[in-house]
Amino acid sequence: MYHGQTQMTSDLASRVTAVIAKTQHLEPEKVTLESSFEELGIDSLDGVNILFALENEFDIQISDEAAKQIRTVRQTVEGVEKLVAQKAAAAG
Amino acid sequence: MRRVVVTGIGAISALGLDRVALWEALRSGRSGIGPVEGVRLDGLTAKVGAQVKGYDPAAHFDLKRLDLLDRFTQFALLAAREAVTDAGLKSGLGSRTAVVLGAGMAGKLTEDEAYHQLYALGQQRFSPFIIPKSMPSAATSHVTMEFGITGPGLTISTACAASTHAVGYALSLLRGGAADVALAGGSEASFSYACLKSWEAMRVMAPDTCRPFSADRKGMVLGEGAAILVLETAEGAARRGARVYAEIAGFGMSSDAGHITQPSEDGAARAMQAALDDASLGPEDIGYINAHGTGTPSNDLTETRAIRRVFGPHADRLVVSSTKSMHGHALGAAGALEAAATVLALDKGILPPTANFTTPGEGCDLDYAPNAARPAEVEAALSNSFAFGGLNAVLSVRRWRST
Repeated sequence: MYHGQTQMTSDLASRVTAVIAKTQHLEPEKVTLESSFEELGIDSLDGVNILFALENEFDIQISDEAAKQIRTVRQTVEGVEKLVAQKAAAAG
Repeated sequence: MRRVVVTGIGAISALGLDRVALWEALRSGRSGIGPVEGVRLDGLTAKVGAQVKGYDPAAHFDLKRLDLLDRFTQFALLAAREAVTDAGLKSGLGSRTAVVLGAGMAGKLTEDEAYHQLYALGQQRFSPFIIPKSMPSAATSHVTMEFGITGPGLTISTACAASTHAVGYALSLLRGGAADVALAGGSEASFSYACLKSWEAMRVMAPDTCRPFSADRKGMVLGEGAAILVLETAEGAARRGARVYAEIAGFGMSSDAGHITQPSEDGAARAMQAALDDASLGPEDIGYINAHGTGTPSNDLTETRAIRRVFGPHADRLVVSSTKSMHGHALGAAGALEAAATVLALDKGILPPTANFTTPGEGCDLDYAPNAARPAEVEAALSNSFAFGGLNAVLSVRRWRST
């Protein structure tokens, strides 16, 4: 059970980092959970573009409020996790 | 009044990816018009165009930056790079440099793709890049960023005259002292199914090719590309020992106040006269006119009459050619490509021809340099642009003598 949860989380994390790498034209290994957007050269418009790509990838809606909190890859993964879980709960 | 000269030229068009390719095609009368590629064409009768070929965006821009560059902005940047290098200028051009670019359709390709996703595919999520990519001023902004230009920057959108107005306005800025150097010109990239359909709906598109002033002319042929001139004050150019192509000696504008598509002989004549007056040139000083020459029945006859009205008997001593027969009608880039052609013609002493010419159309009774370039040392020339909606712009270009 616990193992399954971790597996899902790490799959999700790798999908998020893959989206970030793809939209920013970065090597996937450059994008780690510890990277900040600043380190990756991601400016505010790039950040909005990443949110757009994540909404598509996970079929979720990221609010403008939530979007403002996101400055690192880890925050992005956590935010997406929460929205994906909410979506799963809503779907019953 | 400060005199203003051209010290750099950059161009990308159906005739090739740089200034040299443009000039080689113009002097040899080679047309870049051919079957349209890479665009949906079903239901269209006009399937020819003057497209930029052999251009790989990734060879010129890094991929992340490219995501933000509509094709019309890419063309502007390529032309600007070539022009700045040609002028021997370095980046970091600063606050005494201006950028004035024309665009007609501007970011239509980006909008076209986005609207298709929304209206046809029902895709609700939209890229945040659509607005910054498609806004008509995007090309100007990116040129300022690439070259560190912090002086005046603006975009002029007057349809088919946009980049002639841009060069003319840059002339005013330099004369008036708002800047010492200007990158002036325009760009356009509007080969999409929707744009071709829209143009065809007006019944002004030729299904075969562009034959300005010919009896069997059937209309215009769409083109794309960009041209940018480096303008600077004659004093500034002399101070840094820059090579001068020609002088932008004057600029004339008029509005027809007539019809949203029909041209006016009176409006065209007044713009030409204003360009002559502004340059203190008489009709007899002009040896060449790069015509608006779209190849539509209406334009070519009206323009011919307007030239006769302004030039009187001297009209028979002029060479008048339409280089749209070769680079197509590049809309917001047209005037800049033609200004480049005019400047190069004076510099090289060769007047580009009207390509695809067959027999003269009724009432088209000037010397259109049919199909073959004409070696001629002319003192001064005009470059005409008469936009839909009657917004007219004409540049006077004078051969430069350093003495």
